Amino acid sequence: MFIVLGVHSIWRTLTRAQRRDIALVSMAVGVTALSYGAIAVSSGFPLWLPLLMAPLVVAGSAEFLFVGIVGAGGSPVAAVLAGLLVNARHIPFGLALPDVLGRGWRRLLGTHLMNDESVVFALAQSDARRSRAAYWACGLGILVCWPAGALAGAALGTAVRDTDAFGLDAMFPAVLLALVLPALRDRGTLRTALAGAALALAATLVLPPGLPVLLALAALPLAWRAAGRQPAEAPR
Amino acid sequence: MTGSSTLVVAVLALAAGTYAFRLAGPLLRSRVAFPPRAERLLETGAVVLLAALIATTALTEGDGAAGVARPAGVAVAGVLAWRRVPFLAVVLTAAATTAVLRLLGVP
Repeated sequence: MFIVLGVHSIWRTLTRAQRRDIALVSMAVGVTALSYGAIAVSSGFPLWLPLLMAPLVVAGSAEFLFVGIVGAGGSPVAAVLAGLLVNARHIPFGLALPDVLGRGWRRLLGTHLMNDESVVFALAQSDARRSRAAYWACGLGILVCWPAGALAGAALGTAVRDTDAFGLDAMFPAVLLALVLPALRDRGTLRTALAGAALALAATLVLPPGLPVLLALAALPLAWRAAGRQPAEAPR
Repeated sequence: MTGSSTLVVAVLALAAGTYAFRLAGPLLRSRVAFPPRAERLLETGAVVLLAALIATTALTEGDGAAGVARPAGVAVAGVLAWRRVPFLAVVLTAAATTAVLRLLGVP
C-alpha cells in the first residue's frame, strides 16, 4: 500500500517527458538484459543463476563479467572480486548523490536502487524533489526491467544473443552523455572530466575492468580551484 | 561447471559487497558534514566517473577498441545533446546510427 502510494507520488512529481525518458532507459536496460540472460544459459549456467543475480546485484557490467569469468571456467572467487571491482564506483557515486534515499525502510530499498542511470538522472535534475523522483522512478524501473529481461533472454536463449545489431551497445553511453552534458557546460568540470576520461581510456590497456573508471578520479585536483570559487557560502 | 551451492554463495557475496558499496556513500554523508567545497568536488567526481564510463564503454570492448559503429553513434548523440535535442531523440538516434552502420558492414 505504502509502496503504491509512494510510486504514485514519484510519478506525479515528474513531467511527462521525464517519465517517457525514464521508461525508455528502463526498457533499453530490459533489452540488454535479454542478451545477458541468453549468454548466461548458453554458457552453461542454470536458468536460476541470472534470475537470482539480476535482482540481487542489479549491476549489468559486473554480472556480465561474473558470467563471463565463471562460464569460461574461471574461479568463482575471481569472478566475485572482479565484479566487486567494477561495482566499487558506487562508493563515490553514493558520496555525490543528493539526499534522495529517504528514511527507514525506504532507505534500505533506495540504496539498492543506486546504479549509473538512476544516479545520472538524479544529478541531472534542478531541484531536490525532482531529483528524488527521478532517482526512484529510474531505479525501480531498472529493478523490474533488468530481471524481467534476463528471464526472457534466458528462456529465449540464443535467438536474442546479438542485441548489438540494434545498436543497443551505443545506447548506454549515449544515455549517460545526454544526461551529463549540462554539467559539462561548466569549463572547469569539462576540463576535469576530459582529463579523467583520457586517463581511464589509457588505463584500459593495462588495468582490469573497473579500475580504469576509478582512476579517472585522479583528475579531480584539476577541479579544486573551481570548487572553491563557486557560489559564496557562509563560513562554518 | 561450478557446483550450485558454490554459485549461490558467490552470487550472494557479490550482492552483499555491492550493497555495502552502495550503502557506504550515503551513510558517510549522513554522519559527517562536508565543507561546501568538498561537496562540490564530490559532485564533480561523479561527473568525472560518468565521463570515464562513457569514454570506456563507447570506445573499448574488453581490452581492445570497440570498432567504428558504436563510437559513431555515441558521437552523434553528443552533438545532438549539445544542441539541446530532446533526450528521447538523442538516445534513439544513437542506437539507429550504430545499427545502420552495422547493417552497412561497418564494424
